[in-house]
Amino acid sequence: MSGLSTGPGTAPAAPAELRTEGLSYGVDGRHLVDGADLHVAPGETVGLVGPNGSGKTTLLRCVYGTLAPTHGRITLDGRDLAGFSAKERARRVATVPQDGSGAFELTVREIVAMGRSPHKRFWETDSADDATRTDEALERVGVAELRDRSFAALSGGERQRVLVARALVQQPSLLVLDEPTNHLDIRYQLDVLSLVTSLGTSTLLALHDLNLAAYYCDRLYVLREGRVVAHGTPPEILTPGLLADVYGVAAEVSTHPVTGAPTVVYLPPGAAGGRSAAASGTAGRQ
Amino acid sequence: MTCKTAAAPPRRLRYTLVLAVLAAALLAAGLAGLVLGSVRIPPGDVLRILTGDAPAGPFPTIVLDVRLPRVLLGAVVGAGLAVIGTVLQALVRNPLADPFLLGVSSGASTGAVMVVVLGVGGGLATTVSMPLAAFAGSLGALIAVYALARRGGTMTTGRLVLAGVAVQYILSALTSLVLVTSAQAEHLRSIMFWTLGGLGQARWHTLWLPALVLLAGLALLLTLARPLDLLLVGEEGATVLGLDTGRFRAAVFVLASLVTGVLVAASGSIGFVGLLVPHAVRMLVGASHRALLPVVALAGAVFVVLADLLARTVAGSQEIPVGVITALAGGPFFLWLLRRTTRTEGITG
Repeated sequence: MSGLSTGPGTAPAAPAELRTEGLSYGVDGRHLVDGADLHVAPGETVGLVGPNGSGKTTLLRCVYGTLAPTHGRITLDGRDLAGFSAKERARRVATVPQDGSGAFELTVREIVAMGRSPHKRFWETDSADDATRTDEALERVGVAELRDRSFAALSGGERQRVLVARALVQQPSLLVLDEPTNHLDIRYQLDVLSLVTSLGTSTLLALHDLNLAAYYCDRLYVLREGRVVAHGTPPEILTPGLLADVYGVAAEVSTHPVTGAPTVVYLPPGAAGGRSAAASGTAGRQ
Repeated sequence: MTCKTAAAPPRRLRYTLVLAVLAAALLAAGLAGLVLGSVRIPPGDVLRILTGDAPAGPFPTIVLDVRLPRVLLGAVVGAGLAVIGTVLQALVRNPLADPFLLGVSSGASTGAVMVVVLGVGGGLATTVSMPLAAFAGSLGALIAVYALARRGGTMTTGRLVLAGVAVQYILSALTSLVLVTSAQAEHLRSIMFWTLGGLGQARWHTLWLPALVLLAGLALLLTLARPLDLLLVGEEGATVLGLDTGRFRAAVFVLASLVTGVLVAASGSIGFVGLLVPHAVRMLVGASHRALLPVVALAGAVFVVLADLLARTVAGSQEIPVGVITALAGGPFFLWLLRRTTRTEGITG
């Protein structure tokens, strides 16, 4: 049931161009994000990578609007996001929030149908068209058989896929995803990433798994302590030198014979050759 | 697609069935409320009185001027408290919210009592200034509980319940203090009304305002069903789906306080209706507000009309405050819910 079909109901809106200029977010004088310049071209899939606490989530939250930047600005197709109402922004930008659970028993279908909300007046009921879009998104993400189940009773992975379906129903021109493959079995990690990158929507996503990032992203930005320390295509970024520098690990990077994408193999401390390999290659550094 | 066409009709049928059964139950409970009491009036006589074919004697007065407004007020108050309980649960995203438990009803009582004892408003006191003061009191209590429970940006069930209980106790004590020190015997006797509720004061002229406010409030909340649903997925979830949560929550706080204030001014603070009814109804028709709210209103009406019937018949001629009956039904349910809720919170962090 995980087959990813395509249908007119979930046809995406025209992809947006996202820019952040000098984006900073601070709490009590401490910068969680510090002067980040980022660019996502229309239709591009851009990955944010970096160790825990490097500011990926904070940066994404500024973009999808639950945090207001303390400095700098974010533009969508050249328009400052700060000037968008919550609803206007939700019509353009969709995300999969981390805290998606509820204390009350809404069904999976009701949760997914909520994705239509930004496109409706608050008193409007869902039309036949909304119902079609909802059903197609459920099929597309492979959760149609869960439609009448209680969302609260689902496993973490099932919830994640349901929330991806809801983001599709929103028909965004920009998808912002924070670790969309968290809690997912490897098969669904591949399914979800294949799906979101095939939509043609501009996508900005944070990913832990560098090999998935290398395969699915057009470009990567590397964050460390709130700053963008490197950006470029996956082969430019994923080098032993940068991995040693940013993550503090020794790694070997090769081009995978089948996928053609860079493949990272981490070397445990003390493994032969790991340290010396870490000395070369810093393409794309700022 | 096949499962859609197969699943939708039974769900709609079930919904209609639930509505029909509750409407019938409300009619039956209402009729019983007219028949039973300190004097039993035969159902045939009651029906004849209602259709304008009145027999001689005191029965027409008892039915039309005492019992009918009382039954109607019970239905209005029950529907209103249950609807407000539902909405408060969505607002604080916690199943343990209820106008009584969160101190909102107590705040309304305190406000109303101030007007009664201080005599503000003169002749207008009963119809306008008392509900207004009750509204101010309930809004103040709600804001206080919300602020106390939410410190640090998160709101745990424990904090919410403790803040609610504390505010409720302080305000009930304040209400009693004002009434006791007022030196008028009738004020002293009304302590029970304000803290435990009662429908004994129902008259036609005290009925129209609660009824109007309930109908308007329910209509407004039905148009807000979509944003209310959005609140159920949490602050962040609602925001990314385009809801200005701060503004919406503030607006619904005011609406909930207004309805609670007006209801409490007419019936005192009757507890647990807003806790028990929404949960029972969610099990029947789900949590989505457009379907939920009408059923909650009907079920709340049935619940309070029946509770009031018990309150005035179970102990012979001695009337029990209706809040005692609702608390006896709702208290154990609250404990069960508390146990269940804190257990799931323990698992999910």
